[in-house]
Amino acid sequence: MLINLILLFALVLAALWTVTTPRLIRAIVGLAITSAILSVIMYQLSSPLAAVFELSVCSGLISVIFVVTISFTRRVSKEELLVRRKQKIIKYWYLPVILIAAGLLLNHYLLANLNSSVLPAQEGDVRNLIWNSRHLDLFGQAVILLVGALGVVVLFKEPKK
Amino acid sequence: MLSLFILAPLFLLFVLNLPLKPVNKACFWLAGVLLSAQILMALGHALCPWSLYPDKLGLFFVFNLVMDNLTLVMLLVIGIVSLVALFVGKSTIILEEQRFNFVSLVLACVIGMNAVVLVRDIFSLYIFIEITSIASFVLIALKKDKLAIEGTFKYLIMSAVATVFMLCAMAFLLLAAGDLSFAAVHSAFYNPANAGLLKCGAGLFLCGLLIKSGVAPFHGWVPDAYSSAPAGVSILLAGITTKVAGVYVLLRLFGSVFILNAQFQNILLFAGAFSIVMAALAALTQDDFKRMLAYSSISQVGYIILALGCGTPLAFAGAIFHFFNHAIFKSLLFVNAASLEKEFGSTNMNTLAGLGNKSPVTGFTSLIGALSTAGIPPFSGFWSKLIIILALFSAGRFVYGGIALLASILTLAYFLAFQRRVFFGKTESTLSSAGTSWALRFWEIALALITAASGAVFVLVHNNWVLPLKAIFW
Repeated sequence: MLINLILLFALVLAALWTVTTPRLIRAIVGLAITSAILSVIMYQLSSPLAAVFELSVCSGLISVIFVVTISFTRRVSKEELLVRRKQKIIKYWYLPVILIAAGLLLNHYLLANLNSSVLPAQEGDVRNLIWNSRHLDLFGQAVILLVGALGVVVLFKEPKK
Repeated sequence: MLSLFILAPLFLLFVLNLPLKPVNKACFWLAGVLLSAQILMALGHALCPWSLYPDKLGLFFVFNLVMDNLTLVMLLVIGIVSLVALFVGKSTIILEEQRFNFVSLVLACVIGMNAVVLVRDIFSLYIFIEITSIASFVLIALKKDKLAIEGTFKYLIMSAVATVFMLCAMAFLLLAAGDLSFAAVHSAFYNPANAGLLKCGAGLFLCGLLIKSGVAPFHGWVPDAYSSAPAGVSILLAGITTKVAGVYVLLRLFGSVFILNAQFQNILLFAGAFSIVMAALAALTQDDFKRMLAYSSISQVGYIILALGCGTPLAFAGAIFHFFNHAIFKSLLFVNAASLEKEFGSTNMNTLAGLGNKSPVTGFTSLIGALSTAGIPPFSGFWSKLIIILALFSAGRFVYGGIALLASILTLAYFLAFQRRVFFGKTESTLSSAGTSWALRFWEIALALITAASGAVFVLVHNNWVLPLKAIFW
């Protein structure tokens, strides 16, 4: 219980740091840490597959894509940096408050009275579920990747002279 | 058989992207044949119920696609509007590479939309909504100028917010129902256990879908996205894409999956009425024809949401009929905008005047579109609005019925102001016609004929299309 509370608290802190830090690189590190903590929480909730996926894709692959994108940007001056930091804290101070309040309300009113008899049996393997009974979703995700790749080609390909 | 609606456009998308020059050159015609086949299949279903034929691909894949009257109407509208958008794009997009990309992205949109109307599982629904949205983002940014990028960015951010709402909603629904198929979620609503979670999930889904539908006050992205996109894309977006990804899903989920309780009804009624009035007032102040049409689109979606909030089978049937009519007459008006832009290089109403003599076809067909939008008899818009208002009155919602009735006057006001400014009066000597294409003229006339005909033979439409729709809801 205590470890879960510490993890949740760390998750909120890391997420808050991600949105308030003025440096983009630090924001990426914050996001990666948030994802890493989330994957530990998922592991704690006995979803090792989801945890591995979160760690490898969200924490690893996506961070790399962000770093590549940021390599195209320029650095701002120190004065501007200070102004931005102040503005961001003023803008986003209420986000963790709302998040924690929503979590507490959800836990207290809805999840505390959850009737878990409707949930599927725990021993069902997620790999079996995805490959054997959700063909349309797999197909849909393949099409999303295809359309995304098409979008990148359309938007970022240099026009022929 | 039903999986063909998803697999055939995907197959064509693959074939078009192979390095085969003759195929690439004929891309518009190949996609046109595919969409025409979809229209014919939807129209011919009454004569030959092909959806009953077994799906041979079912031996390899389990897709669980289901067909009903609402799906049939949606497949028809998707076919018509996408076909019009495709050929308007052919006439208005000049660069060869952009033309090819446009066809590919329209096909991707069609895959997403066809799947959205055929699936019966909330998670699959979400995946295909995302496919439609991603294709739309790229389509809006096709011109790559500043306005187009800005429009795309706004749509992308609002869509991401909507996605977060929908994902949270799905987590709640899964927790409460144990499965996300329509049948499982529907039966969970009749179970007193986890009622709070289900209501919370449905409420979050409602928020996400209202953003996706572009209903006021979540409409900030609509005018920018519609007006900055190329003409063909504006037709696709305003006519069908955002309507399928938002409004159709609202109709489907709140019509036959979730239980529409009094709180949801009140939220929908208020959002609908607010949208109708606010967008109509905003449309009055616009100088750009495409922005005015975007606001008009928000206002007309308001009628559909209002009917959904009314919650009676008659109101639902009216909502779907208005959905169909709106797709047709809004496409017509956007084709008119494309025609004006191609001929006179602008859609700004301050620079256009007295064009009735120079472009009589555009002037006449836009008048038909405008009158239908305002709900003037005998055009199709009159009948669908009549059904919605009658349903509101018979459900005792007199205030909302009154608002819907009076807002038609506002609609008429901004469209008449547009007609007077652009088509009537003295022609500006500085305006010279660069000539329009016959394809645009053809689609203007075809869509005006559909608008006039579905109003003129309303009894036939009512008995064959509208009445069967009532049976879907409860």
